[in-house]
Amino acid sequence: MKTMTTRLMASAVAVSAAFTGTTAIADGHALDLSGQTVEWIIPFSETGGSARWANFYAPLLAEELPGNPTVVVVFEPGAGSTRGANSFQEMTYVDGTTIFGSSGSTQFPYLLNDPRVRYEYGDWNVVLASGTGGVAYLPTDLAGMLGENGDASGLAGEALVYGSQGATRLDLVPLLAWEMLGLNVEPVFGIEGRGDGRLMFERGEANIDYQTSSSYLSGVVPLVEAGSAVPWFSFGALDSDGNIVRDPTFPDMPTFQEICEATDGCETSGEAWDAWEAFFVAGFPAQKMVFLPAGAPDNAIATFTEAFAAIQERDDFAEISAARLGLYPQMTGAAAQTALASATEVPAEARDFVINWLSERYGVVLE
Amino acid sequence: MDVFLTALPALNDAFAMILQPHVIGYLVLGVAMGLCIGVFPGLGGIAGLSLLLPFMFGMEPVTGLALMIGMVAVVPTSDTFASVLMGIPGSSASQATVLDGFPMAKKGQAARALSAAFASSLFGGLMGAAFLTVFILAARPVVLLFKTPELLMISVFGLSMVGILAGRIALKGIAAAGLGLLVGTIGEGRFEGELRMVPRAWRDAETGSIPFELYQYLGDGLKLVIVGLAIFAIPEIIALLRQDRAIAERAPLGGGWLLGVKDWWANKWLSLRCSLIGVAVGVIPGLGGSVVDWIAYGHTVQTSKDKSKFGSGDVRGVIGPESSNNAKEGGGLVPTLLFGIPGSGSMAIFISGGALLGSGQIEVGPAMLDRNLNFTYAIVWLLALANVVGTLICIAASGGIARLTSIRFALLAPFLFMIIAFAAFQSRQEIWDLVALFGVGLLGIMLRRFDWSRPAFLIGFVLSLPVERYANQAHQQATIKLRQGWEVAQPYIFSPIVITLIIITVLSIIIGLRQAKNIQAEGNVAVGTKRAPLVFLLGVTAVVLVFVANAWQIPDYAFRDRIFPNFVALVTLVCCIFLIIQMMLRGEENTIFADREVQDAAVNTYGLGSTLAWFAALLIGTALVGFILALAVFLLLFIRIRAGKSWGFAAIYTGCGIAFICAMAWTLNRDFPPGLLQGAFDLPWPLT
Repeated sequence: MKTMTTRLMASAVAVSAAFTGTTAIADGHALDLSGQTVEWIIPFSETGGSARWANFYAPLLAEELPGNPTVVVVFEPGAGSTRGANSFQEMTYVDGTTIFGSSGSTQFPYLLNDPRVRYEYGDWNVVLASGTGGVAYLPTDLAGMLGENGDASGLAGEALVYGSQGATRLDLVPLLAWEMLGLNVEPVFGIEGRGDGRLMFERGEANIDYQTSSSYLSGVVPLVEAGSAVPWFSFGALDSDGNIVRDPTFPDMPTFQEICEATDGCETSGEAWDAWEAFFVAGFPAQKMVFLPAGAPDNAIATFTEAFAAIQERDDFAEISAARLGLYPQMTGAAAQTALASATEVPAEARDFVINWLSERYGVVLE
Repeated sequence: MDVFLTALPALNDAFAMILQPHVIGYLVLGVAMGLCIGVFPGLGGIAGLSLLLPFMFGMEPVTGLALMIGMVAVVPTSDTFASVLMGIPGSSASQATVLDGFPMAKKGQAARALSAAFASSLFGGLMGAAFLTVFILAARPVVLLFKTPELLMISVFGLSMVGILAGRIALKGIAAAGLGLLVGTIGEGRFEGELRMVPRAWRDAETGSIPFELYQYLGDGLKLVIVGLAIFAIPEIIALLRQDRAIAERAPLGGGWLLGVKDWWANKWLSLRCSLIGVAVGVIPGLGGSVVDWIAYGHTVQTSKDKSKFGSGDVRGVIGPESSNNAKEGGGLVPTLLFGIPGSGSMAIFISGGALLGSGQIEVGPAMLDRNLNFTYAIVWLLALANVVGTLICIAASGGIARLTSIRFALLAPFLFMIIAFAAFQSRQEIWDLVALFGVGLLGIMLRRFDWSRPAFLIGFVLSLPVERYANQAHQQATIKLRQGWEVAQPYIFSPIVITLIIITVLSIIIGLRQAKNIQAEGNVAVGTKRAPLVFLLGVTAVVLVFVANAWQIPDYAFRDRIFPNFVALVTLVCCIFLIIQMMLRGEENTIFADREVQDAAVNTYGLGSTLAWFAALLIGTALVGFILALAVFLLLFIRIRAGKSWGFAAIYTGCGIAFICAMAWTLNRDFPPGLLQGAFDLPWPLT
C-alpha cells in the first residue's frame, strides 16, 4: 500500500511538473536514454488494434523521451496475450529500455483468475492508459421495437443471435449487457474478430451486434446510412473521476447506463451492475495501457509519464490522434492510476458473480 | 447490366491502385524473385511464397499483393529455363515441358523453345486473368448469398477434391489432407481454449522450464510460414543437395528467338485450347499445378495429326504445357478469391499472406467480393501485368537467367537454407521456430518420399481453422433455429445452394475416384519394397491414434474444442486402416508402395542422414551460440567440406552470406535467434 501511495504521488508530481513546464531533468532525476533502444513489447500480432496503437505512439515517444532513444515495437503474440504478459512479469527493471503494452484481453483473464495468468498488475507501473468505446446496434426492424429512450422491453420476446469471440473475452461486456436488459440472446461462439460479427450481421445470421469505435465508424456507419442498421447505445466513456459519461465520439447516443435505467428490470446498482461496470472499465475506457516492469524507480516512471503527457501537449495531437485513435482520453499520471485501479481491482463479489454467471449461463469452467 | 455497373468503377479503381510507381516496383521485385525461384530446380511457387510470408505483416495491402502475385504469376514462366536447358523441371508445373523442350535444346534450338514457351506463357497468363475477370462478374451475385452452411459445404467440397485428386491413391490423399487438418488443430482450442495435443502438465510446469516453453510455443498452434517452408522447401532442398548434380550439361541458348514466337502464332488455337484447359484445371480445387501440364500435353498430342516428332523436340509439346500452366493461376484464384478455398498449395499460402496485409482487411471469400471488389480486381490486373513483365524480363535477360541454372546446388543450398531459417524465425522469434521447421521438415521429407500429397496436407492445414469455425457456427446456428422449429431451420440448413453443392460434391467424388489413378501429381514414382512405405503408414496411423486419444481427453464442458479433431481423426484413421489392409493385400509392384528413395537411388550421392546432420548441427549450434555465429561456422565448413571449395572461397562465401542476412535483418529491424551464450553474456547486434 505504501509503495502504491508513493507511486501515485510521484505520478501526480510528474503530471504537475509537465503542466508547469519544469521537467524532472532539472532536478537530475530523469533518465537519459540517448543512444538507447526502448523496446515496446506488444503481446499481440502485428495486425491487431494494439499494434496500430503502439505504432502510433512509438515515434512520438521517441521524440519526447530525454535523449531521443529509438523506440521499437516488439510483437510477442501468443495465447491471447497471456504469453507475452507472463514473460513481462518475469522481467525486472534494468534501465528503462523495456515497456509493455497491455489490452482488454490481457486484463480479462487476470480479472477472472484464469489459471494461465502468472502476471500481477499490482507489480507493474502504469505510465499511459488509452481508452476506446463501443457501440451496440440493431437491424432496422428490431430497432423500431425499442421503447422510449431505448427501452429494451419491446425486444424481450425476440430470438436474438449474436456472433461472439467467446464469453471470457471482451465480449463478456456486451453479453452481460444483453442479459441485464432481459434480452433473449443466443451467442454463436468462435468468430475470430468483431469484424466477423459484423459480417454475420450483414448476412442476416446475427441480429444484434456491437463494434469498437473505430470499426463502428468504418464498418457500421455505411450500414446505418443505407438504412439496414440503427445504433442503439454506446457503452460510454469514463471521465477523469472514473464516472461513466457519454462517449465523446458519439455524444448523441445514450450510454448503456441510460438504456438500463429506461428498461424495467435492469438495475444500475447491485452486483450485476457492479460486475458489468468493473469489466467495462477493464475492457474499454482503459483498454490499452503502457507499463514499466516491476521495480521501476520513481524517476523512470516520472520520465515516461512526462513523455506521454508531453505527446498530448503537442499542437497537432488532437488532429493526428483523432484519425488513428478516436476521441478518447489518453490518461497519464493520476488519471492513469485511477483507470488502472478500477480496471484491475474488481471487488471479489463482482468477479465471483461473473465467474458464476459464466459457468451457469455458458458452462465456462475456470479451474 | 447491373452487374457491370457495379464492376466497372471497381475495375477502374483497381487500375488506378496498381498504377502507382511503388506498386509497380514491388510487382517487379516479386517478378524478379519469382524468376529466380522458378529457375532453381525444385523450388516452386509454394516455397517462394512461404519465404515472402514473414514480410507481409502490416504491409500496405496493394504492395503486398503486388509482391505475392508477381511471384506466383511468373514461376510457371521461368521454370521453363531449367526444363528446356537442363531437362530438370524448374517446378512441378513444367514437367511436361521437358519432354520436347529438352530435346530441342539438345538440337541447338534452345532459344526457339524458350521463346515459344514465353509467348505461350504470356498468352496463357493473360487468358487466365481475363477468365478470372469474367468469372468474378458472373459469380458475384451468387457468392454474395453465401452464409455459413454454404461456406462449410464448399470447404468440404474443396477438401474432398483436394484429397482425391492430389495423387494416384485417393485414400492417401484424403489421409494427407486429414493429417493437415489435424496438425492445424494443435494448440489451444479456438472456442474453449482447451489444449489439444499439448499435455496439460506442460502448462503447469515451472515458468522458464522446457515443457512450459513448449506449451507456450505449441499452445498457439504451428504457423503457416513454418509448415509451408518445412513441407515444401526443406524436402526439395535436401533432395537436390543429396544429388549434388554437377550442372555442366546445360545446353547453349542458340538463336531462333523470332522463330519461336512464329511457332506460337502458328499454333495459336492450340495455345488457346490449352489455356482453357489450364483455367479449368486451376478452378478445380486439388488438381492444381502439378497435373495441368500433363493434361495439356496429352491434349496436344491427341489433337495433332503428325504425332511422330513428339518426345524428340516438337515445338507443340512446349506450347501446350506452357500455355496451360500460366493460365491455371488465373483459374486457381477463382475458388481462392470467391470462397477462400485454396485450389493449390501456393494459393493456400497466398490466402494466409493476404490476411497478414495491412490491418487484415484482405480476407478472401464472399466478403471480399462485397467490400474489397477493388482489391479483387487489383489482383486481376496485377496477375496480367506480372505475366507481361515476367515475359519481358525472361526474354531480355535470358542469357543471365540461363546462367543461374548452372549454379551448383551445393553452393546454392546453404544460402537458401539461411534465408528459410531466417524467414521461419520471424514467425515467433524463438529458437523453437527452428526446431519446428526441422521437425515438420522431417515429416515433409517423408511425405515426399512415400508420395503422400504435400499440397493436400498444406491445404488441409490452412483450411483447418475455417472449416472448424464454419462447422461449429453452422451447428450452433442450426441448433438455435431448430429450437424455433423445422420450418425456420430448413431454409437455412438446406438452401438451394447447399443442395446443389452436395450434389456436385457427390458426383465429383465418384468421378474423381475413377480418375485418380491417372493422376501423377509429382511424376511417376517407382516402387520398392513393402517395408518402408508400410512402416511410414504405421507411424502415421500411430500419430492419428494419438490425436483420437487426445480428443477424447477433452472434458465435456469444452466439447466444442473436441468435436472437430475427433471427427477428422476418426476419418483419417479409417483411411489409414484401409491403406494398411490394401498394403497387406497388394503386391510389391503396386503404386501404393511408391518410394522415392528407390526412384532416386541412382542419382543420390549422399545419404539422407549425413545431409540432415549438417542442418541439425546448425540448429544445435544456434541453440548454443546463437544464429549468426552458428551460421558463420556452418557456411564456412559446408562450403569447404561438402562443396569442396577452398578455404578462401568458403571465407568469402561466408562473409557475403552473413552480410546479406544482416542487411536483411537490419532493414526489417529484426533480431536473430539467441543461444545459451547470449543468455550468459551481453553481445552487440547482430550477435544478440
